[in-house]
Amino acid sequence: MTSTTLASPQSTRRPGWRAWVAFSPLLVWLAAFVVVPTGMLFVYSFFKNAGYSEVERVFTLGNYALAFSPDYLGNFARSTAYAGLTTILCALIGYPVAYHIGRAPAGRRNRLLMLIMIPFMTSFLIRTFAWTTILDHQGVLNTLLRALQIIPVLLNDKFEVLHTPAAVMIVLVYTYLPFMILPVYGSVEKLDESLLEAASDLGAGPARTFVRVVLPLTMPGVGAGVLMVFVPAVAMFAVTHVMSGGTVYLIGDVIEDQFGSGGNLPFGSALGMVLLVGFIATFFLFTRREKTT
Amino acid sequence: MDKMVELRNVTKRFGGFVAVAGVDLDIRAGEFLTLLGPSGCGKTTLLRMISGFETPTEGSVHLAGQDVTALPPYRRDVNQVFQSYALFPHLSVADNVAFGLKMKKTPGDVIRRRVAEAIEMVSLAGFEQRKPAQLSGGQRQRVALARALVCEPKVLLLDEPLAALDAKLRRSMQIELKRLQTRLGITFLFVTHDQEEALVMSDRIAVVNKGKIEQIGGVEEIYHRPRTPFVADFIGQANILEARVLSCVGAWAQVLCRGDVGLTVAGEILAAEGTTLLSIRPEKIRLSSRRPAGENVLEATVHEEIFRGATDQLLLQTAGGFELTAIVANQSAAEEAFHQGDRVFCQLHPDDVVVLAREGGVNAVAARQT
Repeated sequence: MTSTTLASPQSTRRPGWRAWVAFSPLLVWLAAFVVVPTGMLFVYSFFKNAGYSEVERVFTLGNYALAFSPDYLGNFARSTAYAGLTTILCALIGYPVAYHIGRAPAGRRNRLLMLIMIPFMTSFLIRTFAWTTILDHQGVLNTLLRALQIIPVLLNDKFEVLHTPAAVMIVLVYTYLPFMILPVYGSVEKLDESLLEAASDLGAGPARTFVRVVLPLTMPGVGAGVLMVFVPAVAMFAVTHVMSGGTVYLIGDVIEDQFGSGGNLPFGSALGMVLLVGFIATFFLFTRREKTT
Repeated sequence: MDKMVELRNVTKRFGGFVAVAGVDLDIRAGEFLTLLGPSGCGKTTLLRMISGFETPTEGSVHLAGQDVTALPPYRRDVNQVFQSYALFPHLSVADNVAFGLKMKKTPGDVIRRRVAEAIEMVSLAGFEQRKPAQLSGGQRQRVALARALVCEPKVLLLDEPLAALDAKLRRSMQIELKRLQTRLGITFLFVTHDQEEALVMSDRIAVVNKGKIEQIGGVEEIYHRPRTPFVADFIGQANILEARVLSCVGAWAQVLCRGDVGLTVAGEILAAEGTTLLSIRPEKIRLSSRRPAGENVLEATVHEEIFRGATDQLLLQTAGGFELTAIVANQSAAEEAFHQGDRVFCQLHPDDVVVLAREGGVNAVAARQT
C-alpha cells in the first residue's frame, strides 16, 4: 500500500485510465447481464399484462398492488422463513467447521478448505438430484433405516424424507453451507492467537473466551456469511419444487411461473423488483452494522 | 525470604528440540527478576510455563507454595503483559482493563473504582473510551500493563513488553516500570534479550543460554563477577583471555597469557595447573602515560581509537601481540588523552580480572567452589 501511495498519491482515490481498461470486461459484463436486464425488469413491472407472455405498454401500478396482496405475502413470508432457517442452520453447522479449519495448522488448513470446495466441481443440478436418490422411498437413507430396523419398528414403511419440507431444508443447507464456512473461516484465520491467550491469562475459561473474544471478533465473518446465504436462499426456486414434490411453493417458484407457464411478465418483473429492493435493504443494513462494530 | 515461584527440575521438549533443560529457579516475593538471553534460548518458554501456556515435559511449577503444574492459565494467579500487547481490539481501554475483574466476578462498583485507579496509575485518564486502534504503541503498552496489574497478580510476567517501542520511549518506560514495581511490591518476572534493559530494571538477573540458567545473581554480581564466558560476553563488553596457570599461592595465582604477558589474579578457585579463561571489563583498564606502581602493568600502543560519544574505545596492543580493548570517558576534556599510535601503560587490577569457568553453567562453577 505504501509503495502505491508513494508512486502516485491520487491512485488510491481515483482510478486512472489503466484501471478502467483493466476493469472494462467486467463492466461490459455487468452492463449487459445485470444493469440492462434489471432495467428491463423495472420497465416491464409497470406494464399491463396481456396474457400469454404478451404485454400492453400502458403504465400501471397494478402489478405491485398484486405483489403486496395477501395472496402473495404468504409466499414472501414462507421464502423468508425458509431462508432464515437455512441461514441459522448454516451458521450453527458452519461456524464450528470454519473455526476448526481456521485454527488448524497451515498445511492441514488448505487440505480441509479443498474438501469444502470439492462439491463445486460438480454441477449444482447433479448434486441436487443426487439428494433425491438419497432421500426417496427406496433411497440410501431408507435402506439404512431398514437395515437398522428403525423401519418398521420406529417409523412406518411409508416414511420418506423426499417430497417434504425437510427435504427442501436439507438441500438448502447443503447448498449454502460453504458460503457460510468460507467467510467465517476468513475471520477465524485472522484471529490473533495471543488474544485467546490473553483472555485465558485474565481468567476466562474456554467458554467465556469464546463468548467474549472469539465470537465478537469473528462476527464480521458471520455477517458476511449470513448475507451470502440468506440473499440467494430467499430467491431459491426449482430445487424446492424437485425436493418437495410441489408441496413447498416459494416466491422464487412464483416468479419462475410468471415467466413460464403463467405467462405474466409484468407481474413476474414486479415480484423480482420487490425481492431486489429487499436484498439491497438487507445488504445496507448489514454493512452499516459492521461499520459501527 | 519468601519464594513466590519455584521451578523444580523443569524440562520442556518440543518434539526432539529441548527448549528448557532441567531448570531450577526460585523467584523471591517482591523482587524484579529478569530472564536474559539471546533469542531461542528458552527464556520465553520458561515464562510460558509459569503463566500456564506451556506444560513442562518434566518437573514442577509452584506458585506461592502451591503446585500449579497442571493448572490451566485461567486458574493461575499470575498475569502476563504480552509482547504484542494482545489488547482486545473490540473493547475500549476501560473494558480491556476491566476484563480480568469481570472474569473474577468482582462487583460492578469495585470494578469501576479499580479500573479507574489502574488507568490513573498508567497515566491514561481521559482515554477510557478509546479503542486500542486509536492509541499509540506506548499507550497500548500502558493499557496492557494496567489490564494485568488491576488483577493484583502474585507475579506479573512481562514478555519483552518494550521490544516494540522506540529507543527513547523504551528507556523512559524502563525507569517507569521499575518505579511501579518498587511502589506496588508485586513480583515481576521480565523476559528480555536486551542486557542494558536487564541491568537498568532488575534486582536479580538469570542469564539463560541453550535452555539452562548459566548464572543467576544481583545485577552487580552478574556484571562484575560473570562466571562463564557466555555471561561475560553477553552482558556488557568483555576482554576474554585465555591463560595458563603458573602457580597458585594462597588467594593469588600467577597466570601467563598470549604474548608472554604475566598477570596476577584472585585465584582461590584456580587449580594449580592447567588453562583458564579470564574476563576483564574494558572500562576497568586504567591507562596512564607514566608507569604506575603496582601489579599487572602492561606497556602497549594505541592501535585503534573509536569515538563512541560519551566514551572512547581504544584497541591496545603490546609488543608481544597481546590485545586488549579499553573504554575511557570521552577524552576531549581529559588531562591525559591517548590517541592512535601513542604509547600507554595499562594496569589491570587483580580484583578486576575475573576467572571464568571454561564451560558448563552454574553447576560446574559450584562444583569447583566446594
